[in-house]
Amino acid sequence: MNIHEYQAKEVLAKYGVAVPRGKVADVPSEAEVIAMEFGTPVVVKAQIHAGGRGKGGGIKLARTPEEAREFAKQIIGMTLVTAQTGPQGKKVKRVLVEQAGAIQKELYLGMVIDRATSRIVMMASTEGGMEIETVAAHTPEKILKEFIDPALGLMPYQARNLAFGLSIPPELTGKAVKFMMGLYNAFVETDCSLAEINPLVLTEGGDVIALDAKMNFDGNGLFRHKDIQALRDFDEEDPTETEASKFDLSYIRLDGNIGCMVNGAGLAMATMDMIKMCGGSPANFLDVGGGANAEQVNNAFRLIVSDPNVKAILVNIFGGIMRCDVIAEGVVSAVKALGLKVPLVVRQEGTNVERGKEILAASNLNIITASDMKDAANKVVAAAGQEN
Amino acid sequence: MSIWVNKDTKVLVQGITGAVGAFHTRQMLEYGTKIVGGVTPGKAGSQVEGVPVFHTVLDAVMATGANASVIYVPHAFAADAICEAADAGIALVVCITEGIPILDMVKIKGYMNGKNTRLIGPNCPGIITPGECKIGIMPGYIHKPGSVGIVSRSGTLTYEAVNQVTTLGMGQSTCIGIGGDPVNGTNFIDVLSAFQEDPQTEAVILIGEIGGTAEEEAAAFVNASMTKPVIGFVAGQTAPKGKRMGHAGAIISGGKGTAAEKIEAFKAAGISVSETPADLGITLLRRLGRKVH
Repeated sequence: MNIHEYQAKEVLAKYGVAVPRGKVADVPSEAEVIAMEFGTPVVVKAQIHAGGRGKGGGIKLARTPEEAREFAKQIIGMTLVTAQTGPQGKKVKRVLVEQAGAIQKELYLGMVIDRATSRIVMMASTEGGMEIETVAAHTPEKILKEFIDPALGLMPYQARNLAFGLSIPPELTGKAVKFMMGLYNAFVETDCSLAEINPLVLTEGGDVIALDAKMNFDGNGLFRHKDIQALRDFDEEDPTETEASKFDLSYIRLDGNIGCMVNGAGLAMATMDMIKMCGGSPANFLDVGGGANAEQVNNAFRLIVSDPNVKAILVNIFGGIMRCDVIAEGVVSAVKALGLKVPLVVRQEGTNVERGKEILAASNLNIITASDMKDAANKVVAAAGQEN
Repeated sequence: MSIWVNKDTKVLVQGITGAVGAFHTRQMLEYGTKIVGGVTPGKAGSQVEGVPVFHTVLDAVMATGANASVIYVPHAFAADAICEAADAGIALVVCITEGIPILDMVKIKGYMNGKNTRLIGPNCPGIITPGECKIGIMPGYIHKPGSVGIVSRSGTLTYEAVNQVTTLGMGQSTCIGIGGDPVNGTNFIDVLSAFQEDPQTEAVILIGEIGGTAEEEAAAFVNASMTKPVIGFVAGQTAPKGKRMGHAGAIISGGKGTAAEKIEAFKAAGISVSETPADLGITLLRRLGRKVH
């Protein structure tokens, strides 16, 4: 789960991480009031779940309170298109107004879980403000890494290694170490999956602060953090994906025209691949999970047909613990309840497959059956083509 | 021969009194797995499907001599269950539970370092040596004893591969789903090196998916240390960047972890790549120079 920059800064501040003085404005007049309170200059920053906001015109430096209001007026309500939003962009609902200070140096600090070592790694680089992937690709030696023992946590010497490695002046090392320890504590205590401070800045006033902050949380850990759950912004999500998550369905919208319903994430991805190889294009990824019941199948179907681009549907089930007869009953009842305006291809294999096939045959519904994955993909691609 | 589990493996079920644990205990018993005990704190003295239940893993090990355990407890308690099994000296722990927080797994990995316990999973279908021992949730009947080792990050995609191999007249030595989480117990290389050492295993099917670099590392191992033929597939060739495809580990981030890179690494290592998920079986036969039975 992602949160906004202003939310991340609020979370980090609780752990002693230094952040600029800032407040959120939902309307332009609030931005003016905040600027008067803080004194200018202030930075007005669009709050959306995507990076690259500055280049898209979503971050402005205001020299007067009136200017802060003017910039807030321009930014709130705009559709911001950045390298990370996709061409459709994202609508800005609010801005963060922050006190602006003179910056001496911009650095990068990030934390992720390293799969190869199964440890949290803290990464730092002198190339602040840059995309860290670009730095990693071109100048990997500029990324310093400290792997953290989960039993010990981040040790102060590791934070010092990073601080000295970044050439932070000795008089600021203490502040930098405190910053990193705070970031580490925030990461582990909120079940983060990624935290990025880009840039981390050294100010002319001698402070070490997070000019920007990004935090992603591990969905599996959210159950034990009600306060973090409350930060979820449904406006930033695809409504169909939000709806799917209510029924424990894993759904991702794509831009093709063949709706898919599959059990298991790996098989669901493989089914999408198969459709593409047969010349079609999937409209979604949808994993109904290992223990779906008729109601979930019903909901899954409803989600698929709610996409107006869908011209044909493929159901691909390999019943293990999930029984084919249960799926077949779910499909039949969903089709009867919702009607079926596009061709439906069903491939089933595994537990109780014969019974599943009987149920589909007895339903007298216009369902195209397939013998294996390739056959199913060919049939659904052909059916979608005819619809066009 | 086979790897890690066989007809003599004595299995405990952690979380045996829950609905999921009880259901799969019955399925495993029907397959012929030696289930010697179950563990649910507070339920010692009761029985599930005729299997005695104990308060703790240590009690169960002392009473039954179990050397493997399978975990069906809810995600909030699964990390604790893994540690308890490792602490009791269980040699093989299979964790089926989905949804364990990643940072719990980071701690578990640190804890298990240096211990003599192998963890498979979490968030996986388990391990099966056909005809001998099934530990997990896979449908037993699609398997057949034979010489093909199968390892995968995905459950149902493993079934797809198993089914193709069986349909084409071959069977499996051992099949293992290592799970779709970013931090897990057993990785591809652990399984591949065991298959390489196993006399029964003649060829290996390796099924990867987008995200991380486990496939690239597996390819490097195959190239350097395997003489047996390996057939590969990578799911997620059409997955968009930055979207998590169901599994916590299946995400292309920062332009890394794409299927194209992984397939390239497979090919460079001499792995025969199945172009589609429907061609795994036939790719295997071709590589072995055999005809369809």
